Amino acid sequence: MFPSKQTADALVQAANDAEVKGRSLWRDAAIRFRRNRAAVVALCVLGLIAAFALFGQLFAQWSNEEIDWSIMGAIAQKGAPSIANGHYFGADELGRDLYARVVQGTGISIMVGMVGSFVAVMVGTLYGAVAGYSGGRTDNIMMRIVDILMSIPFMFVLILLLVIFGRSITMLFVGIGLISWLDMARIARGQTLSIKNKEFVEAAVATGVSPMRIILRHIVPNLLGIVVVYATLLIPGLIMTESFISFLGLGIQEPQTSLGALISAGAKQMRFGVIWQLLFPLGFFLVTLYAFFFVGDGLRDALDPKDR
Amino acid sequence: MLSYIVRRLAIAIPTILILIVLSFILMFAAPGGPFNSERPLPPQVLANIQAKYGLDQPYWKQIVNYVWNVVAHFDFGPSFKYKDRSVNDIIAQGFPVTLTYGFWSFIVATVVGITLGVVAAIRHNTWLDYFAVGISIGAQSLPNFVMAPILVLVFTLYLGWLPGGGWNGGQIEYLVLPVIALSTSYFASIARIMRSSMLEVLNAGFIRTARAKGLPMSRVIIRHALKPALLPLLSYLGPAFVGMITGSVIIDVYFSTGGIGQFFVNSAFNRDYSVMMGITILVGVLTILFNLVVDLLYAWIDPKIRY
Repeated sequence: MFPSKQTADALVQAANDAEVKGRSLWRDAAIRFRRNRAAVVALCVLGLIAAFALFGQLFAQWSNEEIDWSIMGAIAQKGAPSIANGHYFGADELGRDLYARVVQGTGISIMVGMVGSFVAVMVGTLYGAVAGYSGGRTDNIMMRIVDILMSIPFMFVLILLLVIFGRSITMLFVGIGLISWLDMARIARGQTLSIKNKEFVEAAVATGVSPMRIILRHIVPNLLGIVVVYATLLIPGLIMTESFISFLGLGIQEPQTSLGALISAGAKQMRFGVIWQLLFPLGFFLVTLYAFFFVGDGLRDALDPKDR
Repeated sequence: MLSYIVRRLAIAIPTILILIVLSFILMFAAPGGPFNSERPLPPQVLANIQAKYGLDQPYWKQIVNYVWNVVAHFDFGPSFKYKDRSVNDIIAQGFPVTLTYGFWSFIVATVVGITLGVVAAIRHNTWLDYFAVGISIGAQSLPNFVMAPILVLVFTLYLGWLPGGGWNGGQIEYLVLPVIALSTSYFASIARIMRSSMLEVLNAGFIRTARAKGLPMSRVIIRHALKPALLPLLSYLGPAFVGMITGSVIIDVYFSTGGIGQFFVNSAFNRDYSVMMGITILVGVLTILFNLVVDLLYAWIDPKIRY
């Protein structure tokens, strides 16, 4: 028995009413992320720090290389932070404006983290996906290589690299890029192993799509969630690595600077009563790290299906 | 088990060789050798020096010699900078220092971390838990090169309680600040791992059984919950050990404790490649061995692991 036209119309009407606008998984994640107050605040803080690094120079009264001769030699007495003489954060031991230096250092530190993280995403994801998808002997050899590279004390090798090829920012990027992709490769491989048995991959194989195309079109997009999370959590780690090396004086060289180099300079000078030289870079360093950690944690809660 | 050990060794040994060869190749790729100075040496002198250090031989022979000396005699060769000292002398002088405060930092980090984690898990969702989590989140972003200046600022400059550097044969007051600076970020990580694994264990059935048969909570924790909860921590100890050895570079430089890290950085500035290579290889071998021991322990303790 067919329903009468009236009933059918009512049914269609009801179905239309009940239909909720579809939400993609990314949209779902965005909503979850927005509900996490700490992560949202951290994201705003990160935005402010990025704005500070990008545009802070516009508000500086001094450039980062200019030396204020009027206070040089009497930094402890005259170099303290003040609005009046234009040194908002004070001056360093050479009479350079610390505000301008912190702007510069924050920018470089964040850049190092981003570049390293970018390399990790590009190389590590692809490497892990290829290893995981190939399986068998290829997988075994590729992951053994990662194991071997991981067990090398990279901080020491990185310093060795910097000493041998000269301490340049390019070399630092190369060195950090060399380390950063290893973890990502492992994570991507693990995730690929579970994705590759899904039906949609089977369907792609059945329709004759080439393996490389399957990896790029079907595997990698599905890795993105976890990749984004770990890329975010990687940035503070890389900032720490760079700061570690710059603290030793082996990383970023003058006149360029990074937060690690500034902290190092501040730590050396603090016994002369110029505590601001330590506190401002340190403050920016810690706030940046915390912000990245919280954003990463928030992203993990939002994107990682395991912890729901 | 035996085949597992053999298989792990079969990976560890080539890794060590690769590390040695890799650092040696790096050294050759360097523009400018350790004997390039402002004033060029007369060619005859340079040739003599190079003959003394074996640098006039073909590359492959140098590599083979170096590897052979390291592997067979634990001899890292002479220092390029200090004519009367070998790399072995330098390691023998610095390594005990590094080992001393490294050991204490390791102990402090594990004990404090485990205690904090267990307390937080037992008092889940109380102010004690939040306090412990807060401390560990805070401490996690305080790497040693941040902790060191802060500690010196507070305890040496403002309070004047402890010396801000030096070693003095490892007296306790010279040990305190380096150990705190080195262990802070690790006890934080350990506490976080411990808390989450303890929470998981406390929800398990056998804990409920132990409670149900009337055991006091303290006994349940110590006798039943602690051991399985410690397992996930074991795999973190490898990276933690590496981190502490690496961190010792900062400690040595900042506190002038005179460990191998200080020699490493000095030789980095002096381009004293043989010392750098020696220390890199030493640390690499230690790392690989430590990870091996942790993996074997893991396989031994956890019956679920198949090898």
